[in-house]
Amino acid sequence: MSSTNRTVVVTGIGATTPLGGDSATTWEALLAGRSGVGPLEGERYAGLSVRIAAAAAVDPEDVLPRPLARKLDRSAQFALIAAREAWADAGYTAKAGEDSSIAPERLGTVIASGIGGVTTLLDQYDVLKEKGVRRVSPHTVPMLMPNSPSANVGLEVNAQAGVHTPVSACASGAEAIGYAVEMIRTGRADVVVAGGTEAAIHPLPITAFANMMAMSKNNEEPEKASRPYDKARDGFVLGEGAGVVILESAEHAARRGARVYCEVLGQGLSADSHHIAQPEPTGRGIAAALQSLLDNTDLKPSEVVHLNAHATSTPQGDAAEIKALRKVLGDDLDHVAVSATKSMTGHLLGGAGGIETVMTVLALHTRTAPPTINVDDLDEDIDADIVRDVPRALPAEGTIAAINNSFGFGGHNVVLALRSV
Amino acid sequence: MAATQEEILKGLADIVNEIAGIPVEDVKLDKSFTDDLDVDSLSMVEVVVAAEERFDVKIPDEDVKNLKTVGDAAAYILKHQD
Repeated sequence: MSSTNRTVVVTGIGATTPLGGDSATTWEALLAGRSGVGPLEGERYAGLSVRIAAAAAVDPEDVLPRPLARKLDRSAQFALIAAREAWADAGYTAKAGEDSSIAPERLGTVIASGIGGVTTLLDQYDVLKEKGVRRVSPHTVPMLMPNSPSANVGLEVNAQAGVHTPVSACASGAEAIGYAVEMIRTGRADVVVAGGTEAAIHPLPITAFANMMAMSKNNEEPEKASRPYDKARDGFVLGEGAGVVILESAEHAARRGARVYCEVLGQGLSADSHHIAQPEPTGRGIAAALQSLLDNTDLKPSEVVHLNAHATSTPQGDAAEIKALRKVLGDDLDHVAVSATKSMTGHLLGGAGGIETVMTVLALHTRTAPPTINVDDLDEDIDADIVRDVPRALPAEGTIAAINNSFGFGGHNVVLALRSV
Repeated sequence: MAATQEEILKGLADIVNEIAGIPVEDVKLDKSFTDDLDVDSLSMVEVVVAAEERFDVKIPDEDVKNLKTVGDAAAYILKHQD
């Protein structure tokens, strides 16, 4: 088998999200249909038009030792926590080299963030203005650079095959996973720690998104604010956290007897070239990405039973996505259980592709599609089978596949396909 | 009032504990910041700034490279404090 045909599998998962401090707790809350959205308390948020967000369920500073935490932006803290869980979940007992089942030069990391260390940047500017030049932290640059989460996870596991950070706004996490698959396919690495992270809950990013008219302003009922596919949807709710998977060549996983969750078939990519921030209304770019996925992998539309949709709860975006799916899949969309998990987690921007890949892995592994909450009045434009309020069992027998969509400001479209083994 | 060497050592131990997480009792005069106390060049800048505030002393950047051990720093502060 040539190196470009290597099968890529998932052997570990980790997450820290608005629903839980690890992947198991997150999954449990997701199946229970719990909202992770709440009010933003405190003076700094008092005058804002948006005063809600999906904050992490477990504060990373309560998990990491203080000397380590203080040198990491919150986005890197989340990534490190999720990566540690995934690394252990994959059965690795120490960093590469010390654990002899993985060589450092065969290990990579690809962890993305949409915005990077924005809270570090803003907080340190406050320090400069209020406390003066000497007090600006010497750790500021290594904390705020967007590659910091990937680099810090790379240091943690001793990754020497490559440490990368694709940046494509809200598609970043998914693009990271796609990039990691390619690293393994092309023979650059045997194992890659891949995912996405984000930590942007701060008055400035929230106000900036709000002034784009992109966010829900339902401050009165935070848990109802994120409502993909509902007629009354009025924008996304910002979330924070990270999701990380361990991707591995099937040969490498078999050699060390690793538990395999599922296969990652690959990615489909495209760009809208329509507008810097608005979705292309016909879903042309999304359809092209999905078609590219079908053309370049052996995914059969007939085996797709689940979709973790991008569905951020914006009026235009949710409808364009479904339109594109219908265009490419035709009647095959009818047997796809569609879940919009952002209804519970909010939108983690560059972290979304990470946590939603973890959720898609678990959906295939447990053969259960998580619900979409807050669809009180389904928009008639949404011509698809939405899993509402309670989880749905996926076919118990046979090979099943799932698609995970992520799209970003800038017109980036990333479609990932995963399949049971 | 100027701090004694003992007070300076205790202050430096608190600072190193805060920044690098090293137990205060392990911060001794003969210890190297880099080799023994997990204080890299970036964290050393933090140690210096914290020491300047605590002991009301100025430690110019060009002098920082000479402060290899806790003893070096304590002696510098003892000599230069107001």
